[in-house]
Amino acid sequence: MTTKPRTTIDAGHQPPLVYSRTEMTSQSLHAHLVLASRFENIEVAERALRDLCGEIGCDGDDLYWVVTALREALANAVRHGNRSEPERKVLVDYTVDPATVTIQVEDEGNGFDPANIPDPTDPENLLRPSGRGIFYMQQFMNQVEFGEAPSGGTTVKMVKQLQPNTKESEE
Amino acid sequence: MKSEIRDRGDVRIIILSGKITIGAGDVKIRELIDQALADGKKYILLDLAGVSTIDSSGIGEMVACYTTVTKQGGQLKLLRLSPKINDILQVTQLITVFDVFDDEAEAIASFI
Repeated sequence: MTTKPRTTIDAGHQPPLVYSRTEMTSQSLHAHLVLASRFENIEVAERALRDLCGEIGCDGDDLYWVVTALREALANAVRHGNRSEPERKVLVDYTVDPATVTIQVEDEGNGFDPANIPDPTDPENLLRPSGRGIFYMQQFMNQVEFGEAPSGGTTVKMVKQLQPNTKESEE
Repeated sequence: MKSEIRDRGDVRIIILSGKITIGAGDVKIRELIDQALADGKKYILLDLAGVSTIDSSGIGEMVACYTTVTKQGGQLKLLRLSPKINDILQVTQLITVFDVFDDEAEAIASFI
């Protein structure tokens, strides 16, 4: 097992507070990021995930939807969890292998009950301007689980089973 | 997100490209719609052919704009969805809310 910090993921934004990457095996990669609660850091986290996915051959539709779900989880952590207070941190973990992409996002907010989120596809909710983030995650990932972080905040773990022929998928 | 504006008669065509996402594109859409209404343009066509990503905040802002325009007696319609944006509108069932066109001339004619 090796750990090597990388700096190439800073695309002109403020770099992550922490970024470490571990090669569990040649086919399984793990990365950990700690980000300040700023929307622009969603781009930093997306870049890191794209780097990892590229190395295990995840692209096309699978990559598009995994990135889409990641962005929703981070937006929720920054806005609803950490109330956009930059000193509150968002912790992100990726584990990728040729069969699955697993993403965990943790905030330092006050927690919430996902059961209280109304169905955005209910006709009476269709014209609501918010409330679709968790629905996005559930639609585009195979597994979405919420839990309580040690800080009292929220963790969300999302798993995507990759298509065997993902390289041939339409972008 | 980038935008370009063209007027065809009474119709304001807003051509969007790039990401419509939280903290950036979502706010820009609101500004473009407010500007159209301030200019007296109540028939608005959003051309989304160049949009690569639209997150739930971007979708939410589009819905809010749809409501605003409709309440002012106008119409907000969509033109040229990419396959991914079409997928998102399908799963959120917003495809049942918006009128969607592939052809600009047909879309413009639909406002009359």
